[in-house]
Amino acid sequence: MDIRAQISMVFHLDKCIGCHTCSIACKNIWTDRKGTEYMWWNNVETKPGTGYPTRWEDQEQYRGGWELTDGEPSLKSTSKAEVFPNIFHHPAMPSMDDYYEPWTYDYKNLFNAPEGDDQPTARPLSMVSGEPIDVEAGPNWDDDLGGSPIYAANDHNFSALTPQQKAQLFAVERLMMFYFPRICNHCLNPACVAACPSGALYKRGEDGIVLIDQNRCRGWRSCVAACPYKKTFFNWQTGKSEKCILCFPRVETGQAPACFHSCVGRIRYLGVLLYDADRIKEAASSRDEDLIEAQRSLILDPFDPKVVEAARQNGVHDSVIESAQKSPVYKFVKVWKIALPPHLEYRTMPMLFYVPPLAPVMSAKEGDVVSNVSKGLFHDLDEARLPLEYLAKLFGAGDTGKVRFALKKQMAVRVWRRALTVGDIEKSLAERMLREAESSPEEADAIYKMTALCTFNDRFVVPPAHREMAIEMMEDPQEHKQSAGFGFLSAPKRGS
Amino acid sequence: MTNAYFDLFFFGVFPYISLAVFLVMVIYRYRTREFTYSSLSSQLLENQHHFHGMVPFHYGILAVLTGHLVAFLLPQQLLLWNLKPLRLYVLEISTFVCALLSLFGLLNLLVRRGVSPALRKVTLLSDWILFGMLLVQIALGIQIAIFHPWGSSWFAASLTPYLWSLVALSPDLAFVVPMPLLVKAHIVGAFILIAYFPFTRLVHVLVAPVPYLWRKPQVVRWYGSPSNLARGGRLP
Repeated sequence: MDIRAQISMVFHLDKCIGCHTCSIACKNIWTDRKGTEYMWWNNVETKPGTGYPTRWEDQEQYRGGWELTDGEPSLKSTSKAEVFPNIFHHPAMPSMDDYYEPWTYDYKNLFNAPEGDDQPTARPLSMVSGEPIDVEAGPNWDDDLGGSPIYAANDHNFSALTPQQKAQLFAVERLMMFYFPRICNHCLNPACVAACPSGALYKRGEDGIVLIDQNRCRGWRSCVAACPYKKTFFNWQTGKSEKCILCFPRVETGQAPACFHSCVGRIRYLGVLLYDADRIKEAASSRDEDLIEAQRSLILDPFDPKVVEAARQNGVHDSVIESAQKSPVYKFVKVWKIALPPHLEYRTMPMLFYVPPLAPVMSAKEGDVVSNVSKGLFHDLDEARLPLEYLAKLFGAGDTGKVRFALKKQMAVRVWRRALTVGDIEKSLAERMLREAESSPEEADAIYKMTALCTFNDRFVVPPAHREMAIEMMEDPQEHKQSAGFGFLSAPKRGS
Repeated sequence: MTNAYFDLFFFGVFPYISLAVFLVMVIYRYRTREFTYSSLSSQLLENQHHFHGMVPFHYGILAVLTGHLVAFLLPQQLLLWNLKPLRLYVLEISTFVCALLSLFGLLNLLVRRGVSPALRKVTLLSDWILFGMLLVQIALGIQIAIFHPWGSSWFAASLTPYLWSLVALSPDLAFVVPMPLLVKAHIVGAFILIAYFPFTRLVHVLVAPVPYLWRKPQVVRWYGSPSNLARGGRLP
C-alpha cells in the first residue's frame, strides 16, 4: 500500500443554476492574460450540448485519454514511438477554431467616431490578430439549449441512445437540460502528465494537484491532445501549455479555490480522499463495466486504523488524515455512492465527481389536460425526460445501474424530506422508498443536511498544506536577502 | 591581398567566434531564462497548412544535417560507400530530395505565416530574420548540389579535414580557400547561423525530449523531495 492524499471535488448538478459565476471568477484571476483569452479553465456547459471545445467527448476525433491494448492502458494520442514524429505536427492537436477565437469590441470608436448620420458602433475585434472579425461561435454558444438543432443534436453522448429516444428528447413538451460545470479533474492517472515529452507536467505528491512546470514546458502540445477532457490549453503567446491549478495558492492558505468560493448555487464540495497509489494502474486496466467499482476501491476508509497507520507511515500528516475524515467528498463518493466520475471510460481516474441531476417530474399532455403518468415509486427514473442511458454515458462509464442507484437515492431523500416537512406523503411510503434505494432515514437526513443546509465549512474541508514543515525551514534564510522578491521574477515573455 | 585576409577571418577566426557565442549564450539563456526554451508552436492558431510546412521541413532538414554529420564523423566510410557509382547516385539523389523537401516545407511555412494576420502577430522580427537565413542557406546548399555535384565525396575528402583542423585549433585553410564561391558562402552562412542560434527559437532543438523514451509514464513531485531541494528548494 502506498497511501497518498488527494484533494478531490464533488459538483452537485441538481443545484447548479448555470450562472457562470465560477467561470468568471476563474477568468478574472487566472486567464485574462494575452494568449489565454480563449481558455476557460472552468466552464459551464449546457447538456445536451456539444461543449467546449466543440464535441470534446468524441475521442475518435480528439484522441484523448487511455485505451486498453493487451489489457494495459496506453495513451490514445501518442505512443512512445510516435512522440518524435508527433512533435513536428501533432495530429490530435485541436485548433483554435475548435474552441473559439476570442474577441473584444472596438469601444474606442464609440468615442472617437467622426460626427455622422448614424450612431457609431463597436465592431468585434479578434483578440489574437486585432483585426475585425465576424463572430461565429463562442465558448458557450449553445447555452440553455440555444441553437439546439445544431449544437445539442450533435452531443456525442447521444451515441448511447436509440433514434426514438433521441426524437423524444427534442419534442418541445419533453425538452430538458442541465448544466455541466467542468474544471480539471486532477486525475489519479492523468493522460496529460503521461504524454508530456518534457516531463513538465506533474502531480503534486502531497495533495494530488496536477500542474505544468512553466520553465520545463517546451510547447510540444502533447498534453493538449492527451487530456480527454480538453482541460490543458496552449498559450499561443508564451508558447507554453497551461491548465487549472486548483487555485493552489488559495488552497495552501486554507481557502477554497475561486470557482468553489464564488459558487452561487453552492454546488461545489472539496475535501481530501486517501487512496492507494500502488493500485492505480490495476484499476485503470479494468473492464469498462468494472471501472467505477475499481476507482471506488482505490479510495480508502480514513477511519480504518490500518489505513490511518499506513498513511502516517507514508508521511501523510495527521491533520490531513483528520481532513480526510471530515471530507464531504468521501461521503458523497464512497459512503452514499451518489457522486460519479465523468467519462471514467477514458481511464484517467478523474477526482472530480458529479451528483447526477434528477429530471423534472414526467408528465404527458392528453388533449388539454396535463397528467402525471407516474405509476411506480421510482417510475419517473426510467421514464425520465432525459434517458438514463444518456446520464450513464456521461457519469456511469456506460452502466445505467450506477446512475439509477444515485438517482433513486436522491429521489428517496426528497420524498423522505417531503414526508417529514410537508406531510402529504405517508412516512411508511417514504421509508419503503429509502429501503428500496438501499438507504436509511439517518443517511437521508445526512444527505439532506450536506445538500441543503451545508455551510462553508461543511462544503470545503481544505487540508493544511504544512508548508512550514516542508521547505522553508530547510532553506537558507539568507537566500533572498537583498533580492527583490522570490521565485519566478522575469515576466513570462515569448521566445528569445 | 585583401582576399587572403577575408579568408583568414571567415574560415580561420569567425568559426571560433561563432562557436563561442553559441556555447556561452545557449548556457546563459538556459540558466537565466529557461522559460524561453520553447518550440513556440503556432499549431493552435492554424492547423492545416501547418502540416504541409512542418513535416517536410523537419524531416528534410534533419536528413540533410545527418548527411553533413556523417561526412564530418565518418569520411572514410562515406568515401568507401561512394566507390560504386550506383551507391553514390542513390546517396546524392536521396539527400537532394530531402533538401528539396526542406525547402518546400520552409516556403510553405513562410507563406503560412505571411498570409495569416494571427500568425503574423506571433512572428517576431528575429523569426523573420531566421527564416530568411535558413532559406538562403538551404537555397545555397541546393545550388551547390546542382552546380558542384558529388558533394558527399568531395566534402568528405576536402572539407572534413578542414573542419577537423578547426577542432584541433590549428585551422588549415588549404582546402577551403580554392573552393567555389557558392561553397564558401554556404560555410560562412553555417557559422552565422550557429552564432545566431542562441538568440532564436532554434534553441528548441537542444531540449528535444529524448528522456521521454525511458521515463515512467506518471510524474509525481514532492515538495520536500531531495531533487526539489537540489533545485534550490523552490517550487518550479
